[in-house]
Formats: sequence, C-alpha cells, structure tokens
Amino acid sequence: MNMIRSHILVCTGTGCSSSESPRIIAEFERQLLEQGMDQEAKVVRTGCFGLCALGPIVTVYPEGACYTHVTVDDVAEIVSEHIVKGRIVKRLLHKGDEETGPVTSLTDTQFYKHQQRIALRNCGVIDPESIDEYIGVDGYAALGKILTEQIPPQQVIDAVKASGLRGRGGAGFPTGQKWQFTHDAVSPDGVKFVCCNADEGDPGAFMDRSVLEGDPHSILEAMAIAGYAVGAHQGYIYVRAEYPIAVKRLETAIRQAKEYGLLGKNIFESGFDFDLELRLGAGAFVCGEETALMRSIEGMRGEPKTRPPFPAVKGLFDRPTLLNNVETYANITWIFNNGPDKFAAIGTGKSKGTKVFALGGKITNTGLVEIPMGTTLRTVVEEIGGGVPNGKQFKAAQTGGPSGGCIPAGLIDTPIDYESLGAIGSMMGSGGLIVMDEDNCMVDIAKFFLEFIVDESCGKCSPCRIGTKRLLGLLNKICEGNGEPEDLDTLEELCEHIKQSALCGLGQTAPNPVLSTLKHFRDEYEAHVYEKRCPAGVCKALIRYVVDPIKCKGCTRCARGCPTGAIEGAVRAPHTINQAKCIKCGACIDQCRFDAIIKQ
Amino acid sequence: MPNCKSVIAYRGTPEQEERLRQVIEAHKGQPGATMPVLQAAQEIFGYLPEEVQIMVAEGLEVPLSEVYGVASFYAQFTMNPKGKYQISVCLGTACYVKGAAAVLSAVEQKLGVAPGAITPDGKFSLDSCRCVGACGLAPVMMINNDVYGRLTPDQVGPILDNYR
Repeated sequence: MNMIRSHILVCTGTGCSSSESPRIIAEFERQLLEQGMDQEAKVVRTGCFGLCALGPIVTVYPEGACYTHVTVDDVAEIVSEHIVKGRIVKRLLHKGDEETGPVTSLTDTQFYKHQQRIALRNCGVIDPESIDEYIGVDGYAALGKILTEQIPPQQVIDAVKASGLRGRGGAGFPTGQKWQFTHDAVSPDGVKFVCCNADEGDPGAFMDRSVLEGDPHSILEAMAIAGYAVGAHQGYIYVRAEYPIAVKRLETAIRQAKEYGLLGKNIFESGFDFDLELRLGAGAFVCGEETALMRSIEGMRGEPKTRPPFPAVKGLFDRPTLLNNVETYANITWIFNNGPDKFAAIGTGKSKGTKVFALGGKITNTGLVEIPMGTTLRTVVEEIGGGVPNGKQFKAAQTGGPSGGCIPAGLIDTPIDYESLGAIGSMMGSGGLIVMDEDNCMVDIAKFFLEFIVDESCGKCSPCRIGTKRLLGLLNKICEGNGEPEDLDTLEELCEHIKQSALCGLGQTAPNPVLSTLKHFRDEYEAHVYEKRCPAGVCKALIRYVVDPIKCKGCTRCARGCPTGAIEGAVRAPHTINQAKCIKCGACIDQCRFDAIIKQ
Repeated sequence: MPNCKSVIAYRGTPEQEERLRQVIEAHKGQPGATMPVLQAAQEIFGYLPEEVQIMVAEGLEVPLSEVYGVASFYAQFTMNPKGKYQISVCLGTACYVKGAAAVLSAVEQKLGVAPGAITPDGKFSLDSCRCVGACGLAPVMMINNDVYGRLTPDQVGPILDNYR
C-alpha cells in the first residue's frame, strides 16, 4: 500500500469550478507526476469550503494550509515548494484580517470563528464522489444503528422531535411533527413517499446546492431514515436542472449506495427496502412550493393545490408524503450520531441548531456561512462577512428572497432566528442574505423582486397573477417619476389583499418585499413620489448627469465616449450635457479623469 | 413572445427521431414520465418544436394539450432553437445588486437582440437567468458552459469577440 503523506484538497463547487478549479486539478496531477510525487501526494476533489469570494481554494493537509485565489500558474510552485520541500507558500495563504494577520488555516479566520458547521460538516472535507470517504466520517452509521437494532419508528420520530429541528426551507415547521403526521396517515394501499425539495429557487441562495455537491450521501442516508420512520419505501429527490454538478454527484451517490446495499432491497439485512429516484426540475420557481413540487414530479404543470389535504395525508400520487428540504435532511444524521439533546442545546428558545446562509451582495466575504441560531445580524455582516467593501455604508440586508423582507441598518442587532426575523417583517427563508449599501435604491430592490414574482407566478390564482402585476405597475410608475401620493396607500392596500387571498405560500408572501421596504424605507418612496428624486441615484428617470464647469478641462474625452452624442462643447472649454439626448448610461462618469461629471 | 410556435421549419433527422422513440419506450407507463421525456427530447433536438411534442404525446398516450401545457410552463423548455453560443446573464439578487442589469444591456447593445431572441445568423441567443449559484463571482454571465464572473459592462465586447 502506498503511503500518501499529503492531501491536496481542491474545491470543485460551482463557484470555484467557474473560476477554473478543474484546470487547477489537472495541473496538480500533471505536476505531481512530473516531479515523481504522485505516490506520496493525492489530489482530492471536495465540495464547497464556503469562502467563495476567495476561490479557487486549495487546502493542503496535514498542515491545513489554505491557499486562496490559486491560479494554474501557482500550481508548480505549490508542488515544488510545499509538497516536495515541505515549505508553505506564504504568498498564497489566506490574508486573514486586521486582527489575525495572514493565517495558515481557514479555521483561524474571523470568517470561520463564529461558525458552527453541522449541515455543512463534510463540505470541503471529503470527496463527494467517494462513498468510502463518507463512510469514513461515520456515514451510514446512523442508518445502520437504527436498522440493525430495530429501533421502533416512533422512537426515531421522537428523537427528531426532541432535537427541536424545524424546516430549513423557509417556513420553519417542526420537522418531527411533519414526520409524525406522515407516519400516522393511513394510505389506501399502504404506499407512502418521502421527497426531498432540492429545487432551491430563491435567487441568491445556494446552500442546498453546496450540500448536494459536497456531501450528497448525507441526504440519501437521512431520506432512508425518514422512509423507515414514516413507513415509505420510495423516495424522490426533486433537484434543479440548473445545478448540473449537484445532479451528477447525486446520480453517482445513488449508484454507489445501491452497489453497497445501502439503498434498495433488504438494507442492512433488516428487511427494510428503500429506493431513491432523481427528478429534475425545469426552471419554475413555484415548484419550490410543496404541492406544486409534487405535481411536477407527477409530470404535470407545477401548479399548487389548495391545502388541506396536506401532503402528509394526501400528497404525491395522492399518497401520504413527507417532504423536507436539503438542509433539513443534512441535519438528521448529525442528530442521530450526536444525540438530539446536543442539537437542542444550540440556538435559541424556539429555534434550535444552526442555519446556513448564503452571504452575497455588497459584502467582502461572499460565500456560505453556518451560524448558531440567535447570532446577530451584526456579527454576520461585520465579523464573518468582513463588512461592506469600498468604505460604503451598510444600508440593509435582505433575507428570505422574494418572500422575505429587508432588515434596515437600525435593526442590525436583531438575532437571527425564526421568531425575531418574523417580528420585524422579514423571514428566515431558505437562507439567502443579500447585503445592500448606500448605492442601492430600496424601491428599485422591491421592483426587482416583484419582477421576479410576476415572471414566476404560475397563474393559477388571480390575486397572484393579476395582483402582483398591478403592484409592479405601481412601482414602475414611482420609479419613472410619475408616482402620486395616493399610490403609496394603494400599494399597501393591494399588498394586504394579496396576502390574504392568494392560493399558495408564494403568492401570500409575494408582497413582503414591498411591505417591508415601505415599512423601513418609506422616506425613500416619498422622495420618489413627492420630490421626484432617487436618493441612491439608481432610478434612471429621476437622475441627471451634469458637468461641473469649474472642474471640466474641456478634454473632450466624455464627448467621445458618449453613445448618443449628448455632450457638447468646444475643445478646452467646459462641456455641457444635452438632457434631451442623454440616456443616463453613466459612460461619461467612467471616462472623466477630473471628477467633473456629477450625478444628481 | 419567445415561447410560442417556432418560425423555423422542423429539421429533425431520422436518427434523432429514433433516439426519441427509444426514450419514450423506456419511460412508457411510468408515473410522471412526461417531464423526463421532454427533458430528453430537448437534449436530442435542442428545442421542442410542435412535431416533437406530437411524437411525445402519441408515444406516451397522453393528450397533446397536456404535453404543450408542461412544455410551456417550465422556463427550461424552449420551442425555439438556440444559438450556437447560448448566453445567459444572471439576474439573481446577488448579481442584480452588483450591476447585472448594466451587463445585460451591454450584451443586448452589442448583439442587437433582446433576451429570449437569437441573432439572425443563428450564432448567439440571449437569455437572462435566475441565479446560477456563483454568487461569489457576481455579476455573472454564462456562454454555453463557460462562466464569466465579476463583470463590468465594458468587458462584454471583448468577451463576445472571442466567439465571433
């Protein structure tokens, strides 16, 4: 047997793959071979480390040295210096932050210090395409224990209840209760189903993708446990077709599990059968809603149905069906391996455990973070996220995607848990956390989410189909400078109607982005309506570009760069902008070397 | 409207039709077969013209209205052919707050087509999409399987020139 003394972990999540990690892996393998080290060092393809902003990321063990922004050209140096000579390449190490200075290991950074990884425990640690590595970190031990010791299903459900785990898809329904309902439901022919919602549709949320790409077996194992607990022998994973890497790794994982007898007939010789199938989504946001998702698995248009009956009673193919999302399942095996009490000890009163957030937008450390429930937004933004870049002011954070709301800077000390976020008009949602700075217009952001909803509304019920379109119309009117005072009241009234009368969860929450921005940033709406002014300088109809005649040197650079020929003036004389011709593209600002063009 | 009946004549080959027949045969009688078959059909033909939808409906013995209903509901299905290079500009939240709208309009200007359309020479088709999950690289654009991240509008022209 070869003695492998160094492991080179290269992230192959979507973020790093997009920044060339496949070429880096090929180069590592070529260099190791060339320098005769291929028997001593091994390249491991892992899932996401979470720090996507610094990708591609390469970690070398046993030292745990974390190299960031690695390029193909850096590979030769890492191999010849670190692998051959054992000298860490300091130049490429994570730069750390003010407090820590350059760090060798990622776990020393502010980014990781406040994190506690449960759902993401194996992401970036094991090779997701190897079932042996998963088994090496206690994979399939929980399923094995439950099946071989014949632990009664009710006891399994009680453990999930005792952990206090709640649905991580957004609504936060207690998971144990959901399992209980499906367990108790009577199926006419005894058939029940277990489904996994991997149709992560919220723009800006990618934690489920990361789990699927980095640790697919944990989902398979959890679904098998769920199947045993509720009495189902068939499961479906409904995954977005837009996640090709996740789909491929799930296919690999299912094939491996079947080969090992961990899926299929008579698992662990216990007499329990459980099989899994993948179903690919086809790009419909509404399919994240549970009844719509099941319609889609049935091969139909993904339109929601009225509830009750709830899926636990009458779901997929009209049979009792348990549906949980990816992150919820990712917690299950940890709970069984470490005990429900340990899980329940993390977090706040009603929100137990951790939550993964996808940090994005105007923040230094974009990426995935997993924090104990109850961590404040301030810790997430300022410490883990490293603050807002370019010296700009933090303005708001948006959670919950198109169903959620904005948290203004004034409420930055809000603890992140289901109840606290709900109380301020936002929601946990699936975990997108988009940071906005002073350059983002909140009316424009509300408009952005409404455009999304109008696009994605399935059209089945009129409050959502027509109501959201009317909301968008009003927002467009305001952003174009035609807003009237009564429009703000109409907006609020219409929002309330849609909330009360839409058929499914998506429609009922669709007005949230408008309501929460109206609540926290009413002054911005009022500036648009009464003063015809966009304070952030985003809404094109409400801004003007003008030349400062004192600073302008008449160099003609802006006039040459203007796509519509709107800038007039003689050489070496101050120029002027013809407002009738100006399309407000901002090209002149980029051209000017004297800061002579002002956006009003 | 991009997702209506295609204006380009159907040009499926007997080989493509045979492959589709095999897919239909493999899925026939299974519950919920329509979506996987349509996904395979789109992979074979590149899009779902009326002729292909009729083959799927007759093969699976489901009403054509149901096949059309499914094909027109999901954003992934297209009834128009795509260009040799498929461009999609991400308009997810993270990309949007970092200026994806300006990137999209730069592409529109360079190609002279709106999202959902294809250039007359059949080379480029343009779409906007919702989050490819590379939020750390925002704003992001994809051309076929190549991802371009941290874009500014002025980078768009040189990138497109590489594909001309």
